[in-house]
Amino acid sequence: MMAVTVITIVLQRNLFSVVVLAGIYSFLMATVLLALDAVDVAMTEASVGAGISTVLLLGALHLCGGEEAKPLHRPWLPLGVALVIVGALVYGTFALPEFSDPLAPFRTHVIPRYLEQALAETGVPNVVTAVLASYRGYDTLGEVVVVFTAGIGVIALLRRVPRREEER
Amino acid sequence: MSAFGHYSYWITVLLMVAGLYIVIARGNLIKKLVGLSIFQTSVYLLYIAPGKLIGGTAPIIADGFRLYTNPLPHVLILTAIVVGVATLALGLAIAVRIREAYGSIEEDEILAADRDSEGGA
Amino acid sequence: MKRQMVLRVVGKLFIPYMLLFALYVQFHGDFGPGGGFQAGVIAAAAIIFYALIFGLPAARRLAPDPIVEAMVALGVLLFAGVGVAGIVLGGNYLDYFVLDGDPVAGQHRGIFWVEAGVGITVTGVMLKIFYMFAGRGRSLDER
Repeated sequence: MMAVTVITIVLQRNLFSVVVLAGIYSFLMATVLLALDAVDVAMTEASVGAGISTVLLLGALHLCGGEEAKPLHRPWLPLGVALVIVGALVYGTFALPEFSDPLAPFRTHVIPRYLEQALAETGVPNVVTAVLASYRGYDTLGEVVVVFTAGIGVIALLRRVPRREEER
Repeated sequence: MSAFGHYSYWITVLLMVAGLYIVIARGNLIKKLVGLSIFQTSVYLLYIAPGKLIGGTAPIIADGFRLYTNPLPHVLILTAIVVGVATLALGLAIAVRIREAYGSIEEDEILAADRDSEGGA
Repeated sequence: MKRQMVLRVVGKLFIPYMLLFALYVQFHGDFGPGGGFQAGVIAAAAIIFYALIFGLPAARRLAPDPIVEAMVALGVLLFAGVGVAGIVLGGNYLDYFVLDGDPVAGQHRGIFWVEAGVGITVTGVMLKIFYMFAGRGRSLDER
């Protein structure tokens, strides 16, 4: 279903439908993430991807206009590049561990320590929050600074009202 | 069994390349940004799918459950989602400014306007 | 007119619950899914919902610009402040176990304040970005 949504996004030219389809896509992604037991991530993806992203895209669309122009050249080169990349990546995936393989190197090293000791050391049952806020707190500090920077960046870019006002 | 085992990766690859195709083959700036966010969400899938254990549960420690899915990719992807929306917001702000400066958000028209102004000036 | 009334009534019913849910997700992030980011986005979405139904000036009266801008900076300061408190009380930067007599309670306290800081900043930034996008279109229409 997600593949169908994405292909429709590629082909559609009315930007409003593209934005709505992107919201549907985010929602489907959140559902898939939930099926993969990633509850924190699913909640964040649903609220951020299907909520805030759609609102921002609609706001920008209102300011920019709603149709995409017809492409001038036939997109053979990008299509060829895309197919070559698909081939290369699929060839690479055969070396990756299978779905739900308990012996994958993904799962050894530091993960068992986090799972076993998070409750004892921090008193917080949600391991994701414990890792995010305590074991990897620096990364979260960096992330909050990124959000802050995006905010002041948008303020700096959109603060001045366009000069066309004075000409009218 | 091997085909099913790698199915999640193939979906990831399909989504990733679709997003990449939108970015390089379409000229409209807003559509490019949507393609970029599709690319980013496919990367989330790439990281989280291998972490799942069939028969495990969400990584919240409670009595009665012994097998948990891997929490470390969840943490990384949580950060990545928020950074992704920050990027989207800044990209849209730049697109709005470009629209006000050039009158259009199609890449071809913007490049043509730049070439014209360079030829004249 | 009928449609407007339906939206207003539904909005007035839903928005307090959305804000309450945001607070719940924020502080219950220790025991269930949630935490600062999700709560911040949900709270911002509640106020954006209010702005969509009742108009941008009404939302600006509810959450005025100086407060939103202050929120953006305050969360980051709170987070960094917890780190500095760690130094002042004897450990390294962002050490939580020195914040209280019992190290586990210290961790809990540290995580609480850090997540609160994250939630405040995310709410402020999302709301401010929405104000900038929506306010720009409005100023173009009014002139």
